[in-house]
Amino acid sequence: MTDAPAAPSSTPSADIPAIELRGLRKAFGDNEVLKGIDLSVAPKKVICIIGASGSGKSTLLRCVNRLEEPSGGQVLIDGIDITHPDCDLDLVRQRIGMVFQQFNLFPHLSALDNVTLAQRKVLRRSDEQADEVARAVLDRVGLAEKADAYPSQLSGGQQQRVAIARALAMNPEMMLFDEATSALDPELVGDVLDVMRTLASEGMTMLVVTHEMGFARRVADHVVFMDQGVICEQGPPDQVLGTPQTPRLQQFLEKVLEH
Amino acid sequence: MTDIPVSDDGRLGEGDLPELYRSGRAKQARAKRNRILSYAAGIGVFVAVALLGDWGKIQEAYFDPESAKVLFPEIITTATKNTLIYTFGAFVGGVAIGLLMAVMKMSSLRPYRWFAITYIEIFRGLPALLTIFIVGFGTPTALGVQFPTIFGVPTAGIISLALVAGAYLAETIRAGIQGVPKGQVEAARSLGMSPSLTTRVVVIPQAFRLVIPPLTNEMVLLLKDTALLAALGTTATTVELTKFGRDAFSINLNNTPFIVAGVMYLMLTIPLTYLVGRLEKRNMASR
Ligand SMILES: Nc1ncnc2c1ncn2[C@@H]1O[C@H](COP(=O)(O)OP(=O)(O)OP(=O)(O)O)[C@@H](O)[C@H]1O
Ligand SMILES: [Mg+2]
Repeated sequence: MTDAPAAPSSTPSADIPAIELRGLRKAFGDNEVLKGIDLSVAPKKVICIIGASGSGKSTLLRCVNRLEEPSGGQVLIDGIDITHPDCDLDLVRQRIGMVFQQFNLFPHLSALDNVTLAQRKVLRRSDEQADEVARAVLDRVGLAEKADAYPSQLSGGQQQRVAIARALAMNPEMMLFDEATSALDPELVGDVLDVMRTLASEGMTMLVVTHEMGFARRVADHVVFMDQGVICEQGPPDQVLGTPQTPRLQQFLEKVLEH
Repeated sequence: MTDIPVSDDGRLGEGDLPELYRSGRAKQARAKRNRILSYAAGIGVFVAVALLGDWGKIQEAYFDPESAKVLFPEIITTATKNTLIYTFGAFVGGVAIGLLMAVMKMSSLRPYRWFAITYIEIFRGLPALLTIFIVGFGTPTALGVQFPTIFGVPTAGIISLALVAGAYLAETIRAGIQGVPKGQVEAARSLGMSPSLTTRVVVIPQAFRLVIPPLTNEMVLLLKDTALLAALGTTATTVELTKFGRDAFSINLNNTPFIVAGVMYLMLTIPLTYLVGRLEKRNMASR
């Protein structure tokens, strides 16, 4: 049912995109939210998706690891179509880290246990090994000393950084960020963006939905503007954010920059 | 209160109350009058009962120290102890059945859902006493099976109460499981956890916290429902509180054993009810 997928390769090569969407469609009942999206993310690149509320950004991101079931089209991860019925989704998701707007930390577990849980239960790492990895990634996000705190004892920014650490502990090949800073108080946004910027500079493949135009301009290799379920305009950040071509994008940027 | 503002245009004189204040004062006066009337009515009834009641006779019939004394220590060492065994046994069984039925009712397989729905409807719809009769009298006779005993009491009563409690707890537990935010499941799945692993290590532990208050409440209901087991006929060693009181009553037809048994129940139920309130408040705070 698919074009013959490329042979599986454990080391992603430069010419196979890490993520590729082909004619991706998604409808909720009669509501067509994604109307045929084509997008390709090369390994180690950072793509930022911008667009108005309701334009389908979250839905697109959630189709990439199939938290949302696409209604049509294909999603290829390292050249393999993951919409194929034979695909083991649990295995795919281990390779794709995801960070949510609302953090979604497990409230009944300490920061450390949040980070070790999937390592132990999914990757079957030993307690000591998982612990060691967890402390290392918590250190990477600047929260080594908060290992024993529970989510309710952490600020929003700290919770989000633990959530990033939780995803990183699985050694993902790529990361999805869905408005990771939108639920944060303004003074806490910087810490999270710093972590994301560092990740990008270390060569993580990232697909980032964001309203932070500064981050998009400085960090993204490519910016995608979505409008009403289609990609309306895309290109290098300076071009998309600096010289918008379509009236839609011009309006959107005016509105965002007013704030 | 005394500082009545005068409007700018000077239309209101110094002593001339604005409509807002006049109306407010009238309402306060009416409320005060109603309060006084309520107190007066209550005191009147109280005085009438105190004067008309035959207190010597009432004390003798309900609070007779001699009739109370002979109840001890068996009312505690046997009756209360057995009541607690029946309660905990039925509770543990009920939670196990409830969890199973909750999971079955949420199953993607239709026969499992139907089974759970049928079970829940039957045991919620029947009077508990009828279930107790079916299990306790009917089943041993019909099938020739003898229920084993645990901690010295027969399990027939425990099983029947557990069957009933399981039906109610199934809905409670299901509500708890569905009360766990969707984002929790999504976060777990995005880390590569399977659906069943997600349920075990992410959903159930959080659902458990949500259902502790209603679970404790069910324990209170069960504690009271153990009184129904009196109908199964119990021996001197397996008797629970209500039957114990009933037996002691027949000795000299004095009400005191019932009152003492009642106090025993209240000493157990009131702290538990209080605990439920505390736990509910804590859950509210942590949301
Ligand atoms: N589970 C769902 N069921 C039905 N409709 C949905 C569902 N999820 C999203 N939608 C609809 O899809 C559309 C796009 O939603 P989506 O969350 O992808 O937008 P978005 O671009 O992420 O917006 P925002 O910036 O507000 O997060 C909206 O109209 C929304 O109502
Ligand atoms: Mg969104």
